[in-house]
Amino acid sequence: MIETRLGDFEEVILLLTGILGEGAYAFYMAKEFELQTGRNISIGAVHSALERLEEKGFLRSSMGNATKERGGRRKRIFTITALGKRILKESRDFKVALWQQYPGLALH
Amino acid sequence: MKKHPPHLAHRILLQFLREDLAEDVSGDLEEKYYEYLKTKTPLRAKLGYWYEVLHYLRPFAIKKLKRTTPNVMYRSYFKSAFRNLKRSKLLASINIAGLSVGMAVALAIGLWIYDELTFDKGHRHHDRIAQVIQNVTNNGEVQTWTAIPWPLADELRKNYGSDFEQVVLTTSSYPHLLTTENKKLTKTGMFSEPGFNELFSINVIKGSAKGMNDPSSMLLSASAAKAYFGDEDPINQVLKLDDQYTAKVAGVYNDFPFNSTFAGTDFLASWEMLHNDVRGMEDPWRPNAFFLYVRLTDQADFKSTSLRIKDAKLKRVNEQLAKKKPALFLHPMDQWHLYSEFQNGHNIGGRIRYVWLFGIIGLFVLLMACINFMNLTTARSEQRAKEVGIRKTIGSLRSQLIAQFFCESTLVALFSLVLSLLLVRLALPFFNQITDKQIVMPLTSPVFWGIALGFSFLTGTICGSYPALYLSSIQPGKALKGSYRSGRSAGLSRKALVVLQFTISVILIVGTVTVFQQVRFAQARPIGYNRNALITSPVVNKSIHEHFNAFRSELEKTGAIVSMAEAGAAPTQGEGSSSGFDWRGKDPNLSIDFNFFGASAGYGKTVGWEVKAGRDFSADIVSDSGAVILNESAVSYMGLKEPVGETIRWWGHPQIVIGVIRDIIFNSPYEPVRPSVYFMRRDPGNVIVMRLNPEKGPIEAIASIEKIFKQYIPDEPFTYQFTDTEYARKFGNEDRIGKLAAVFTLLAIVISCLGIFALSSFEAEQRTKEIGIRKVLGASVFGLWKMLSGNFVLLAMISCLVAVPVAYLGLNSWLTNFNYRTAFPWWTFGVASAATLLITLFTVSYHTLHAANSKPAQSLRAE
Repeated sequence: MIETRLGDFEEVILLLTGILGEGAYAFYMAKEFELQTGRNISIGAVHSALERLEEKGFLRSSMGNATKERGGRRKRIFTITALGKRILKESRDFKVALWQQYPGLALH
Repeated sequence: MKKHPPHLAHRILLQFLREDLAEDVSGDLEEKYYEYLKTKTPLRAKLGYWYEVLHYLRPFAIKKLKRTTPNVMYRSYFKSAFRNLKRSKLLASINIAGLSVGMAVALAIGLWIYDELTFDKGHRHHDRIAQVIQNVTNNGEVQTWTAIPWPLADELRKNYGSDFEQVVLTTSSYPHLLTTENKKLTKTGMFSEPGFNELFSINVIKGSAKGMNDPSSMLLSASAAKAYFGDEDPINQVLKLDDQYTAKVAGVYNDFPFNSTFAGTDFLASWEMLHNDVRGMEDPWRPNAFFLYVRLTDQADFKSTSLRIKDAKLKRVNEQLAKKKPALFLHPMDQWHLYSEFQNGHNIGGRIRYVWLFGIIGLFVLLMACINFMNLTTARSEQRAKEVGIRKTIGSLRSQLIAQFFCESTLVALFSLVLSLLLVRLALPFFNQITDKQIVMPLTSPVFWGIALGFSFLTGTICGSYPALYLSSIQPGKALKGSYRSGRSAGLSRKALVVLQFTISVILIVGTVTVFQQVRFAQARPIGYNRNALITSPVVNKSIHEHFNAFRSELEKTGAIVSMAEAGAAPTQGEGSSSGFDWRGKDPNLSIDFNFFGASAGYGKTVGWEVKAGRDFSADIVSDSGAVILNESAVSYMGLKEPVGETIRWWGHPQIVIGVIRDIIFNSPYEPVRPSVYFMRRDPGNVIVMRLNPEKGPIEAIASIEKIFKQYIPDEPFTYQFTDTEYARKFGNEDRIGKLAAVFTLLAIVISCLGIFALSSFEAEQRTKEIGIRKVLGASVFGLWKMLSGNFVLLAMISCLVAVPVAYLGLNSWLTNFNYRTAFPWWTFGVASAATLLITLFTVSYHTLHAANSKPAQSLRAE
């Protein structure tokens, strides 16, 4: 059994990064998070998780375009790395394996 | 119109945010703001922005605080600070001198305040001990009496004992004659119930205190034991008290500390000794002449116990006395020294106001010294501009420069601390004399050193704050170009500081003069008798009394005295008071206390009282034993038109008024004189009053008296007191305050002078070129002097204007504490202002004249 090295919130953020593909930056992801989960979240919390994931190697960041709405400032775009993809897969597989063992929740 | 996100929030964000995140985070937040604006009101959008900013206060996003100044730099700072001081010796020494004086004053006052605040705290249970005192309604007002009737002790123990751990009754403490076979000394002490030593945690170092139950036992203080018995064992030795009682020493206790209410109590005799005498009293609840001390149990508290015992006396006194509505309450020991003044039954403070006063004065003087420091340091800013410019060019951060300047001020503060400790050490004996204390500098206490160092650092920080901030903001470009001139705002704030200094000085001058005025006014009050060359002796002896006339004529023959009499008390004190007087036209419901005083027939002549109507007592007239003399206040109070010949009653006994005298002041010279009744006594009384022959010197006269005295009483020492010294002592407190205030005022003025001395020197220095040019153009020395000094004089005048209302408010409220007071001395404002102006001119002229006299050729050559 492989333990996950991912917290629940971090996992969601990581997934969102994968989902949003190009153009995943903190503000956009916070908006998406609120849409998907209905929970309010501050950009700082999202950014904090993104930094942590980057440190762990699951994400890579680069500076992107500047727009007028941002007062001419560039965005920091996060993209998921191969390691990140693998860790997501591992996490999913692990959880599914556990759920399969639980009679009530097993997928048939 | 496009709205921008809140500026302040953005600035705060940038302040704490890590630099590499600054761009994208601000961008994200701005986007969010516009997003908000799409659906919400601008206010909600702004709040939302603030919310997001605050949520970026996370560990990952916050800047790491860099140590801008490595520790090694401090060594360099102190080195350059030290060198700076050496370079400008005059400035440095003025700074250090001024700051030392300020610190020394603050230190001295701090020690004094500490002594006052720890008064009576040497006793272990001080926070649970109280004195039982009473409020009585007397003569129409509520008075607070500290003395109570002696049966109250048993009453409290019996019926209210659950609140008290201990109840101890004592008499008042005053000098008694205490003699052994070979030594006759006068020692202060009291009679006390057993338990006194326990109550006040006095260590009994020899023998035991258990003997206090025994009427023939007494305890001696260690110093008294040494005085009587030297190194012999004092236990079980026999002493005679007041020629009346015999007691043996049951134990010896450590002397009371100097800052204790009971300091100087040399013996404690057993209450049982006196008890037999007072037991036979007609109404033991009547005389209020004893003191009652209690210690509360841990569960009791002062307020609720006071309420419980409030009517303890009322319930036991007869109807007449009950009219006075006595209400008992507890006065906690912690308040005895500083909060023992009562008005209308309420505690209104007391010496604590002097603690506040001196605390404030100390702070002010220190503040002035700090202001000086700040002024002098910033005045030199032009000279240091180049240094600051170079340092900044080489790469100093502003914070580093600030650290450097703080080092300089701290160094000066440390030097000043050393100097101030020395000053205080030197001045301490003089200070102790003025304040009547025994303060020592606790040089061995680490707490003291901790406080002293901390205090010096604090002063250094305060003093250095303004110059540090000011000097570090000098722009290197201008400074190095040489075109740096101190800004207008700096000059203005410097001027404001000088005005503050002057104002404080003027207030202090006015204050000191007022205090002295008040003291002198009260001292000049007509006392009603002649107190020169008048002595009182507490030695009263049967053999003198029986041979009174012979004794007196012998003394008169030697030319030592002019007259003598026996009296119930010294003329500076009253003998007692009584409410038992009745006169024609008195309201039967009125209960009022008159003072009474009894003396032998020759008393009036001896003290020189002024008979305004009728006549004095005469030993030859037999009926005079039932006669009384009233003072003016008594006559006006009783409303008697023809007092001479009237009959008044004293507890029913008729007394005929034979004369009226001018009011005699005793007790407080600030209070109006109370109505008093004088009667003639045939018993020995308590003191002998003698008027020395003014033609013979006092030392000679006293020597003659002693010789004859020894013939009558061979084995008792002749002790005496001069009435004028005793009277002067009543002003002791105010006199002391006046002296201290004068000293501090002088120091404050010195500090101010130091300040403007240095400031004027810099001002003159700065303007040398200007002066040179003016001279060349034809200005006179006088004109230049006027121009240069005018600035300072203007400042002095402004401070006088500011000081007047402040001083008036403060001093007027102090004066209203005295019933009998001098009018407010408005003229002091004029004098103080004039003095300040003159001192200012004098100090400033030293430099301005020098500058005005300088040769223009030399000053203009400097370029």
